[in-house]
Amino acid sequence: MTKLEFWQGNTACAEGALAAGCRFFGGYPITPSTEVAEHMAVKLPKMNGVFVQMEDEIAGIAAIIGASWTGVRAMTATSGPGFSLMMENIGYAAMTETPCVIVNIQRGGPSTGQPTMAAQGDMLQCRFGSHGDYSVIALCPASVQEMYELTAKAFDLADRYRVPVFLMADEIVGHMRERIRVPDKVGQTPRRELEKGVLPFQPDADLVPGFATFGKGHGVHVTGLTHDERGYPCATNPGVHAALVRRLVDKVENARAAIADYDIINPDAEQVFIAYGAPVRTVQQVLHDRPDGMIGFLRLRTVWPFPEHAIRAFSQAKVFFVPELNMGQIAREIERHVEVPVVSLPKLGGDLHTPPELLAALEAHR
Amino acid sequence: MTFEDWFRTDRLPHIYCAGCGNGTIINCTLSAVDQMGWEKEKTVFVSGIGCSSRAPGYIVTDSLHTTHGRALAFATGVKLADPALRVVVFTGDGDLAAIGGNHFIHACRRNIDLTVVCMNNQIYGMTGGQGSPTTPMGCLSTTTPYGSDEPSFDLCELAIAAGANYVARWTSYHVKELEKAVKAGLDTPGFSFVEAMTQCPTNFGRRNKFKQVADQVEYLKAHALLKAKRDRMIGQGEKVPDDAFVVGELMRRNRPAMGVKE
Repeated sequence: MTKLEFWQGNTACAEGALAAGCRFFGGYPITPSTEVAEHMAVKLPKMNGVFVQMEDEIAGIAAIIGASWTGVRAMTATSGPGFSLMMENIGYAAMTETPCVIVNIQRGGPSTGQPTMAAQGDMLQCRFGSHGDYSVIALCPASVQEMYELTAKAFDLADRYRVPVFLMADEIVGHMRERIRVPDKVGQTPRRELEKGVLPFQPDADLVPGFATFGKGHGVHVTGLTHDERGYPCATNPGVHAALVRRLVDKVENARAAIADYDIINPDAEQVFIAYGAPVRTVQQVLHDRPDGMIGFLRLRTVWPFPEHAIRAFSQAKVFFVPELNMGQIAREIERHVEVPVVSLPKLGGDLHTPPELLAALEAHR
Repeated sequence: MTFEDWFRTDRLPHIYCAGCGNGTIINCTLSAVDQMGWEKEKTVFVSGIGCSSRAPGYIVTDSLHTTHGRALAFATGVKLADPALRVVVFTGDGDLAAIGGNHFIHACRRNIDLTVVCMNNQIYGMTGGQGSPTTPMGCLSTTTPYGSDEPSFDLCELAIAAGANYVARWTSYHVKELEKAVKAGLDTPGFSFVEAMTQCPTNFGRRNKFKQVADQVEYLKAHALLKAKRDRMIGQGEKVPDDAFVVGELMRRNRPAMGVKE
């Protein structure tokens, strides 16, 4: 059974988190993400959960990382300026393999920019923003329904791969209101607890170690320093560092196909759109208006790790169009994977592309 | 059990320099924890970055060695998520008062149920002796080569003003008093702050005319002014020496606290 609701995207995000078992929220108010925190502040205390408004975004992500080590599913939500502040501790979560979910309702930047307007300007920052090499998972919802579903999914992925998982939404999706089907229950895959006798950072075959929850007698030492499989600092041994960093990257990149979530529409088309987040809506309108099957569409829900294999489904493609609310951040990634031209269609300022704008791009490259 | 049972012996020897006071403070803290009868399984040590913050790595419990200045924010998450865990934070003057100052103020304000032991060596030791917010005026460091011209922070006054339930200061010389203060902090619900003034012969002492480790410990002893004596001096209109620092239990109260297990 499902029930129908008429929700705002940010409300759906919070509800998806709660349905997935999130019981800890630490954060700091920032437009246009604040409704996520406000909804959690209402709901969590009544669900035996914890909501804490921290003194800044640095403390917000620190608190959820600390909470996660007690075994709880934990989340924060923010937007551009707060996201920038979180970067050091995002690297800490990657290095210590701490499952956590970070929601970014993107707004126009750089700096304070456009607090109430949509953008997708943090797509590379979420992948590469903290210093050093690591890998993460990023999901991009394009509807209120997906705000719910992908937030819930983010917790499973975070626990499965022990990485920070980003819900990279934007102001349009966060603030729009539309109909949503809310399921009775969301499937939850629990975090894999460390088995006795196994070292706390000794990986299984999938390169992911079992989780040594605090308070269970593991006596685990967690550090952002380069560490060996015991978790002990080992910061001047080149071999240990290289092996650790390669594993942090490979555990996610090797699982690219399993993590990937996308739709392939009209795979025989010669002109193909690739989009994620709010611009998906405009492409959908274009396809609706031109139902002749001549326009292909790779519609991404997972952006990182980038599902490069999905592009190969479009074997007849002569050109890819990439409408984004940034200067071409993912278009550049796509260029790395294809031989044919990639046309970046940047849109800055907070408005979506209109269908005529996308149609004009198709005409210009026919 | 004794404090020695709390060490992660396969991690020894430690990285501290000869003559460093941090080991003394760790011993005092672990003695106090041991006397409380806390279970190792349910005790967590958290720290930031710096010499002080390496301490949890040598302790056998679950431990979280975090980013510079942020230990209290991480510890807040641990404690609120599972109030059954006893959480002790090791930090230093640079970690707590400079980069972590805002988290310090707000952890005191929340009066969250943590015990914080601050090893104040008045210098950045790990990075090689730069001036910190507690470096006394006139003292030499690699970044105050002509003598520090900034007034220094009184961390205990800050903790009291911001709302901590328990505040005490001792030195690496006053081991019995320090141990008792930490124990009182562990025993007090809410935020407990124990500042331990300590010697750093490698990076503070040798630049500031302390030829021997003992000279610096002697200095701490000689300039520590008991709170009762300080109050008496003020009451009698006597001048409190500028280079003295107050030691003793400076605050014990019962403000509303967060994260206390019911």
